[in-house]
Amino acid sequence: MSESIESLLQQAQTQVSAAADLRALEQLRVDWLGKKGRITELLKTLGALPADQRKAYGEQVNRAKDQVGGWLDVRKTQLSDAELNARLSSECIDVTLPGRGEGRGSLHPVTRVIDRIGTLFGQLGFETVEGPEIEDDFHNFAALNMPEDHPARAGQDTFYVGNAARLLRTQTSPVQIRTMETRKPPIRIVCPGRVYRRDFDRTHSPMFHQVEGLYVAENVSFSDLKYDLMTFLKRFFEREVEVRFRPSYFPFTEPSAEVDIRDEHGRWLEVLGCGVVHPSVFKAVGIDPERYSGYAFGMGVERFAMLRYGVDDLRRFYENDLRFLGQFK
Amino acid sequence: MRISERWLREWLNPSADTAELCRRYVMAGLEVEAAPALSESLSGIVVARIESIVPHPQADKLRVCTVNAGDGKTLQIVCGAANARAGMLAPLAQVGTKMPGGMEIKQAALRGVDSAGMLCSAKELGLAEKSDGLLELDGSAKPGTPFADYLKLDDQVMTFEFTPNRGDCLSIAGLAREAAAIFGLPFSPPEIPAAPVKSTRRQAVEIENLALCPGYAGRVIEDINPQARTPDWMREKLRRSGVRCIHPVVDITNHVMLELGQPMHAFDCAKLTGTVRVRTAKAGETLTLLNEQTLALTSELLIADDRAPLALAGVMGGAGSGVTAATQDVFLESACFAPAAVAGTGRRHKLHSDAIYRYERGVDPALQKRALERCTNLVLDICGGAAGPVTFAGREPDVVQVRLRHARLNQLLGHAVQAADAESLLKRVVTKLEAKGAGEWLATVPSWRYDLRIEADLIEEVARLQGYDRIPGKPYRADLTPANLPETQKTTRQAREHLIARGWHEAVTYSFVDPKIQSVLTNEAPIVLDNPIAETMSVMRTTLWSGLIPAWLHNAQRQQKRVRLFELGASYVRSGETIVETPRLAGIAAGPVLPEQWGTKVRDTDFFDIKADLQSMLPADVQFVKAGHGALHPGQTAQIICRGQAVGWLGVLHPRITQVLDLPQSPVVFELDWARVREAGLPHALPVSEFPNSRRDLALVLKEEVEASAVLDCARRAAGVHLSEAILFDVFRGGSLPKGFKSMALGLIFQDNSRTLADHEVEAAAQAVAADLQNKLGASLRT
Repeated sequence: MSESIESLLQQAQTQVSAAADLRALEQLRVDWLGKKGRITELLKTLGALPADQRKAYGEQVNRAKDQVGGWLDVRKTQLSDAELNARLSSECIDVTLPGRGEGRGSLHPVTRVIDRIGTLFGQLGFETVEGPEIEDDFHNFAALNMPEDHPARAGQDTFYVGNAARLLRTQTSPVQIRTMETRKPPIRIVCPGRVYRRDFDRTHSPMFHQVEGLYVAENVSFSDLKYDLMTFLKRFFEREVEVRFRPSYFPFTEPSAEVDIRDEHGRWLEVLGCGVVHPSVFKAVGIDPERYSGYAFGMGVERFAMLRYGVDDLRRFYENDLRFLGQFK
Repeated sequence: MRISERWLREWLNPSADTAELCRRYVMAGLEVEAAPALSESLSGIVVARIESIVPHPQADKLRVCTVNAGDGKTLQIVCGAANARAGMLAPLAQVGTKMPGGMEIKQAALRGVDSAGMLCSAKELGLAEKSDGLLELDGSAKPGTPFADYLKLDDQVMTFEFTPNRGDCLSIAGLAREAAAIFGLPFSPPEIPAAPVKSTRRQAVEIENLALCPGYAGRVIEDINPQARTPDWMREKLRRSGVRCIHPVVDITNHVMLELGQPMHAFDCAKLTGTVRVRTAKAGETLTLLNEQTLALTSELLIADDRAPLALAGVMGGAGSGVTAATQDVFLESACFAPAAVAGTGRRHKLHSDAIYRYERGVDPALQKRALERCTNLVLDICGGAAGPVTFAGREPDVVQVRLRHARLNQLLGHAVQAADAESLLKRVVTKLEAKGAGEWLATVPSWRYDLRIEADLIEEVARLQGYDRIPGKPYRADLTPANLPETQKTTRQAREHLIARGWHEAVTYSFVDPKIQSVLTNEAPIVLDNPIAETMSVMRTTLWSGLIPAWLHNAQRQQKRVRLFELGASYVRSGETIVETPRLAGIAAGPVLPEQWGTKVRDTDFFDIKADLQSMLPADVQFVKAGHGALHPGQTAQIICRGQAVGWLGVLHPRITQVLDLPQSPVVFELDWARVREAGLPHALPVSEFPNSRRDLALVLKEEVEASAVLDCARRAAGVHLSEAILFDVFRGGSLPKGFKSMALGLIFQDNSRTLADHEVEAAAQAVAADLQNKLGASLRT
């Protein structure tokens, strides 16, 4: 009898290792270990044995059952691994193909710079304020200490509407005037926006953008102005930029200064104008110049964009060519 | 303004070199750059005299000159210049000289006659753009003198750009005075002696308006020499300042203007009748200017005689009254006109002149008589003649005094300036500085400093003479209330980022647009610019589409098939007396729905693609309602409604407009009133159910005109409290459906927060929906 188990085991082992797939293997499990399986059948002969042999034979059959079961499990693992590997290799993709769907658009460099300037000044406690672009003479000129015959007006060729009843603002300073008319100091604001001058050539656009700033409180000085602007310039350009303040003239500030930064070639580049608010400006908006003082500054957004991103032609900003815009992702 | 550095140093000669001199000017507020007076060397060129001149035997246009080149050298030179004559002095390029431009002068035979060099014109030496004949030199020039030494060409031309407040610096005298203040050097301008008066002839002068002309000095000089020639030293100074030589008297007036800052004018006495009057023009008068321009006058300040206007005061002389080669007697004008008198005139007539430039910025009201004496002396020296007495009309300038408080100085600068330092700096620029009690000064301002009128002006003087770099920066410490936007208000930055993440590019277009394009898009009357730069930029946009359509076209014409551009900016309209600027968010989309790529089906962008972009950005309760807009396709247009307010439009551009504007296709466009769509509402969290949901799908056949929103609304109302979502997941036409009908597939998802719904509950709700759709919208169920 024991020889018969041995030969059965041999047959089983051969068949299991030859099983080609999981389904064949499952069939073998039924054939050998199922209710009517060939190993199971052996147990049915147990009753026919003498009582003293039953136990030993039973153990022998159970061992055989475990053995076949073990072979089946090992083979099952082998086969399912192989099957998974085959599936994985058939599912292989070219991961270098471009992703599908929508791409990313772009933020206009002018907006990008305005956002950045607003953020940097925001960290210094400035609030962003906006105002109308079609202005009156008072807010754009007269209140800024530029009466009718002021020579500074000649330098700012102005667009007019409604038979000169209104004008397109030549600077964002009118927003400062409007803010001072309606609020009490302390005032610490930046005013970004579109401005217009009647000038159109390679280096001038009839519409461009400015950010102007104003700080009015008690005891505001030129010294405060220097610190805030130098802090801003260093943060904007993200380097220890060399800055110089040079005396200049604006009707609305006294003392006034132009601010230059040194570029990588050692040249000085004018980047903004500033100064201590002129008392006439305070008088025009009803702020007591003896109690309060202030400073103001203004900068051209396109100029900063050109310096920061290497744009060499002002006209690019308004052509809206996707090959240009798309670079500002 | 350009001036010769040598000339400046004749007046004040600080030890600084050119670069340092320029730097100090710049740091004191005067922008300046220096460049060599002559870019090329003129070595080998000497002063020479033509001793004799004979015709060339072979050529009509050439002559043969015997030339004294100094040091006993006599050369034979063939010359073609018409103005060559015996006794004339001119520059000579000797054999071996390399001319500006590279040509080398060689010993040569011209039409068979030997020539040992070349007599030169100003142009050939790089001294003029064009010239007529040889450059004639003063009779006193010494033959053999190197030409560059003779004209002192080792010089720099300093080009200044002035801020409008520094009219006092528009002359050698002013710049020297300024340099003295910057360097802290003593400054004493040369004395100007009174010219000898040898004639009694007077020209009567009257001023009608002393506010516009506070002073007018004039005098007659009789019998000037019509042969007189402007000397080379003066010619060179003028040349380096970019002023053309015209007539000795005119050249002298220009010289005085550059030297002292007083614009002057010379009239031909023969052309004056009666009294010279400074008066306002009468309507209807005309005047032809030196530049041949004839002006119709209205209310300009004039110089006139008894008959007619002679000159635009402080702006430009008239064509009929100036000096000419035939002039014998001249009347010199040295006047002070107020900035207001010339600024308007110059701007109104678009005139520019050295005189306007100076008067607009302010000419020293105490300078007229001195300048007139200087001018007279030069005329007498150069042109001869006999000067009459000075006639002066006007008043003496006011004395201006300004107070300065030491505490205010320190407060506005933000650092402590010692009283002694402040005093010593101020004394460099003011006429008198008196201490008034503790910590206060009273400064008497010199007549030429129009810009020193208030305390802040003096503070700036101290700051700039001390150097802005000496003022330290001070970190801010302010008592401010931080500004904060409400959480529910979407920022423009969020909107931009949102659209950018969905593939949109931000554009910035001009606020003024082409009325031809805009009028096709809207009937709204635009605000028209009085003085546009071009017809295509002449009206303010009432819709951002007016700028976005051309921006799209720009790209379409450059092989960009797929365009998605948006802009955030104002539109401008007039509303009665006021102007309304409305911030808008607008976009234009055309071309394929996705960037070109593999594995997706190519199709063009349509209404629904852009609607999805907007819906993803706008508050959830925004509705898109079928409506009509003149610029949009009547069947593919939605008005956008937000909480009952119309806030914008979405649609396909009307094919008729596409045709009129000659566009390649009809793009999808949208425009929103930004302020009305940025309110988002605060999220309010509802419970999330722990129990499974149940879904029922309905396939409906509906008439074409039944809108999806009606189907969904009806379904939601009928479905009862357990409906959590209604999804429209398919729409199709054709197949077995009759014409005029469409099929819609509706998915209804039911759920309860406290239990699993029973099948019969879900079934009943779905049937209620189906019944309502049948009854109210005429839907039939497909099976």
